[in-house]
Amino acid sequence: MQVPARFEYEKATSVPHALALLERYGPDARVVAGGHSLIPMMKLRLAQPEALIDINDLRELAHLRVEGGELAVGALVRHAELLASPLVAEHFAILIDAERVIADPVVRNRGTVGGSLCQADPSEDLAAAFAALKADAVVTGPGGSRTVPLRGFHQGPYETVVEPGELLAELRVPVRHGAGSAYEKVERRVGDWPVAAAGALILIEDGLITEAGIGLTAVSAPGFTAPEAEDYLIGREPVDAVFAEAGRRAAAVCNPHADQRGPADYKRHLAGELTRRALRKAARRAAED
Amino acid sequence: MTTSTPMGFGRMHRKEDARFIRGRGQYVDDVQLPGMLHGAILRSPHAHARILSVDTSAAEALPGVKAVITGETLAGLGLAWMPTLSKDVQAVLATDKVRFQGQEVAFVVAEDRYIARDALELIEVDYEPLPSVIDARTALAEAAPVIRDDLDGKKDNHIFDWEAGDRAHTEAIFERAEVRVSQDMLYPRVHPAPLETCGALADFDKVTGKLTVWCPTQAPHAHRTLYAMVAGLPEHKIRVISPDIGGGFGGKVGIYPGYVCAIVGSIVTGKPVKWMEDRSENLMSTAFARDYHMTGEIAATQDGRVQAIRVKVLADHGAFNGTAQPTKFPAGFFHVFSGSYDIETAHCEVTGVYSNKAPGGVAYACSFRITEAVYLVERLMDVLAYELGMDPAELRMKNLLRADQFPYTSPTGWEYDSGDYPRTLALAMEMAGYDKLRAEQAERRANGDRRLMGIGLSFFTEAVGAGPRKHMDILGLGMADGAELRVHPTGKAVLRVSCQSQGQGHETTFAQIVAEELGISPDDVDVVHGDTDQTPFGLGTYGSRSTPVSGAAAAMVTRKVRDRAKLVASAMLEVAPDDLEWTKGRWSVKGDPKHGATIQEIALASHGAVELPEGVEGHLDATCVYNPPNLTYPFGAYICVVDVDPDTGQVDVRRFIAVDDCGVRINPMIVEGQIHGGLADGIGMALMQLMAFDEDGNHLGASFMDYLLPTAVECPSWELGETVTPSPHHPIGAKGVGESATVGSPAAVVNAVLDALKPYGIRHADMPLTPSNVWRAIQGRPIRTDLAIT
Ligand SMILES: Cc1cc2nc3c(=O)[nH]c(=O)nc-3n(C[C@H](O)[C@H](O)[C@H](O)COP(=O)(O)OP(=O)(O)OC[C@H]3O[C@@H](n4cnc5c(N)ncnc54)[C@H](O)[C@@H]3O)c2cc1C
Repeated sequence: MQVPARFEYEKATSVPHALALLERYGPDARVVAGGHSLIPMMKLRLAQPEALIDINDLRELAHLRVEGGELAVGALVRHAELLASPLVAEHFAILIDAERVIADPVVRNRGTVGGSLCQADPSEDLAAAFAALKADAVVTGPGGSRTVPLRGFHQGPYETVVEPGELLAELRVPVRHGAGSAYEKVERRVGDWPVAAAGALILIEDGLITEAGIGLTAVSAPGFTAPEAEDYLIGREPVDAVFAEAGRRAAAVCNPHADQRGPADYKRHLAGELTRRALRKAARRAAED
Repeated sequence: MTTSTPMGFGRMHRKEDARFIRGRGQYVDDVQLPGMLHGAILRSPHAHARILSVDTSAAEALPGVKAVITGETLAGLGLAWMPTLSKDVQAVLATDKVRFQGQEVAFVVAEDRYIARDALELIEVDYEPLPSVIDARTALAEAAPVIRDDLDGKKDNHIFDWEAGDRAHTEAIFERAEVRVSQDMLYPRVHPAPLETCGALADFDKVTGKLTVWCPTQAPHAHRTLYAMVAGLPEHKIRVISPDIGGGFGGKVGIYPGYVCAIVGSIVTGKPVKWMEDRSENLMSTAFARDYHMTGEIAATQDGRVQAIRVKVLADHGAFNGTAQPTKFPAGFFHVFSGSYDIETAHCEVTGVYSNKAPGGVAYACSFRITEAVYLVERLMDVLAYELGMDPAELRMKNLLRADQFPYTSPTGWEYDSGDYPRTLALAMEMAGYDKLRAEQAERRANGDRRLMGIGLSFFTEAVGAGPRKHMDILGLGMADGAELRVHPTGKAVLRVSCQSQGQGHETTFAQIVAEELGISPDDVDVVHGDTDQTPFGLGTYGSRSTPVSGAAAAMVTRKVRDRAKLVASAMLEVAPDDLEWTKGRWSVKGDPKHGATIQEIALASHGAVELPEGVEGHLDATCVYNPPNLTYPFGAYICVVDVDPDTGQVDVRRFIAVDDCGVRINPMIVEGQIHGGLADGIGMALMQLMAFDEDGNHLGASFMDYLLPTAVECPSWELGETVTPSPHHPIGAKGVGESATVGSPAAVVNAVLDALKPYGIRHADMPLTPSNVWRAIQGRPIRTDLAIT
């Protein structure tokens, strides 16, 4: 049996309480949300925090609603809640696509959106999905809140802009009427992390693409996105040849590493292929809307 | 499905399921003893390194630590090395060198698991890393580092050369054959990954001198005898209890270093010591399976008559030769590789080598390496069909053994007991709608459909239920099994058997055997197993032995009871025994069926005041030992249909048709469950499972993140069929089925994927056919699946 090293445990009752506890225990304290990334790392002793601050009771971080033309997703929203939300299904098919292939029902029941993004695994699915949607992250600290574009949220593998003593509070995603979105992932087996995955957002007006978002994960795309491929799409017709070219351009910004999921060139190939497929599906959905 | 209890064979729910479903199973880790301490093992981070020093002082100083045991401690007791099941030795705790990543180096005993684990981090080991042998194909190179310098005079990494069949005859046929095809293939290193990891709870009682070991072993009696022989403890003072087991698959046959450590820990501390391995430890250090690098060749006529088959194998056995198989068979039963076909001659050569990887090789429901044999011949048949431009089903039909050839002696000396292979293949093809599938495939290809469709077949013959003891033993212990049947005065019975279930449902099946033979309800029969103090000696459950051997013992011992009951009945009814006849559950007078006694009445009488006849002292109880006259040969025909996305490499198993013939089916539901599990195994091996190593010997599959088990999502709804060809020499005609589907299915899946890839001119690609490997095959790139992807 794998057992973690010794640690203190505190249950926060409010956001200010959580922030106070983080301050009290200092940089060796960690927030625990669903625990599905942190606890395995502790059991393997890859992480040995001195204290865990449990934020699972913070209902104020568990909201999921549309306000001011934006979808607000609290950091404590569970994968399963996002997946089951009619509101999300109505506006953001990409999130439903992505959640369907993240882990398994057991992990999705506990794992949170905030925990996923803060874990900052380079293969994390929601990073790509929210990058495609050009979401903003709201970070709360002792000095108040700040808003960071999701594309600038990750600083590298397992690193984010969230400082010790801070919390990720929520994500905000603009609702774009008439937009279509989709997520495509290749995994070795259901519930596995992606070999590669791509998400796409597309808005079409008068037969031309007016807005595009591309998210990529597990392929070392800077900021989990491919801005040059997005720019290329603007003003063009939503046709296969255009999507294929966007896919090629998206693949070009990736710098994947070989591992047991596949060699680098295969992953780069997938980045292009899956971008193409996600764009095509997003465009089809936009047309159906 | 009926849920009523049959008075013998038939579908019934498993008696053991009530406790498993309600969480009342009792696994080793559930056993709690007063004062129990906990062990943890420090393992080597290196694949190959010299141990310069081990400093345990800081660990010993940690409050709560009771003992730290090292190789040196064990050397003092003569226990630093232990014999393996293949007549090699294996380090219990390393003294001189570590030889694979994950090898056992030190053992901590502490008050709880947390302290034990904390203490591991305080042990300081100074290693001098050495060059290692990771790629088995370099193991015999001149420059290869010598792994086993502990063995006297050992100057290379060679373990054995072994051959079977007729070399000269085979060579002659190959020389003049019209068609010769050769194919390299790797059956990669995989792991059975039982959900319950290994572990042991050892309790040495200093007062009575009795050692009790709870351990999930598939062979409790063999363990007891080996502990006695190795540690010098008197055998009657050793009790091995194998409680509920959460999956074994051959990975729980041998004795692991951790078991010995727990025993020594208990002897040293005077307290019970429990050690349970974690998932990574299980995957890194316990018996892996396969790792056969094979070059197969097949000789045939232009019109597809197979004449000869031969194969050269490089077998990677890891750092210690610890394969668990009948000792006289270093390559297990691999030489049954002529398979299900009427082939004139065959020859195989197997070379075993050491490498800097964990020991093992025989596990994962392989029937002592018949998995490798079936994969080889079934892949070769497809390669031949590819070269001849022939339909693989037609090629198989043309070469299958015919019913009138049984009993059939194979070119490597096996005597297949019974079979009607063409009937079974024909049924599978009919269930699949084979011609329609081929038509659909042709149409899709003609239409340029981007999604590729593939149809794969495999026909397997298994050889299970070892002995006979004359030919098959494990370290001198003959492969036979005992059974003991007690019938209580009220006619309820207790069957004690030497085999041990790891999930196969013995408590139900064996009760049904007794029920069938004695005419009582299976609900009235309790099956006791897994405790050496309570069961007769026997070699245990692996190689699909339980039904062929212990099941036969159960039938034979029940017949003995029935015969005794006849004598008692003759006294009760005051007629000569010869005047009695048996109808299920009752002896009655011939020609006067009303005049008789039920088995319950007879049981009571046998304990009662009736004047018992000569030869019956009282009771109906009996014991027996069953020494099988031959193996049994279950077989089957499998057809798999896949769709492949060539742009991502993803494979989707659309259908799987499995027709199994395991002779008489005792409980068809349990048989089907065994087949379902084995088919899922096949999908796992064919499509996702693999233990590769990087050039430094780091294990790249040491967790369930990296070593993938298939789920229901990857499995289609299985389509099962059956034919029944009873075994002529087994008391109830049953053949054993525990491993059939694991043995037979990987080739069907691989053949299906390669059939889909045929338009790309691809003839072969090694398992596992993960998306990236399929994509690389399409790119025409050579792949070594056993090495790290770079
Ligand atoms: C078997 C398995 C399969 C998986 N498969 C996938 C997959 O296919 N794709 C995928 O994308 N993910 C996958 N995951 C990851 C899963 O999505 C994450 O484990 C999980 O959602 C993380 O959320 P959590 O709430 O459990 O985070 P936790 O484990 O609680 O926390 C993770 C990290 O985030 C920090 N943290 C959490 N919340 C906050 C907050 N509000 N503010 C600041 N810091 C915070 C913690 O301190 C910790 O460092 C898988 C996980 C498992 C166990």
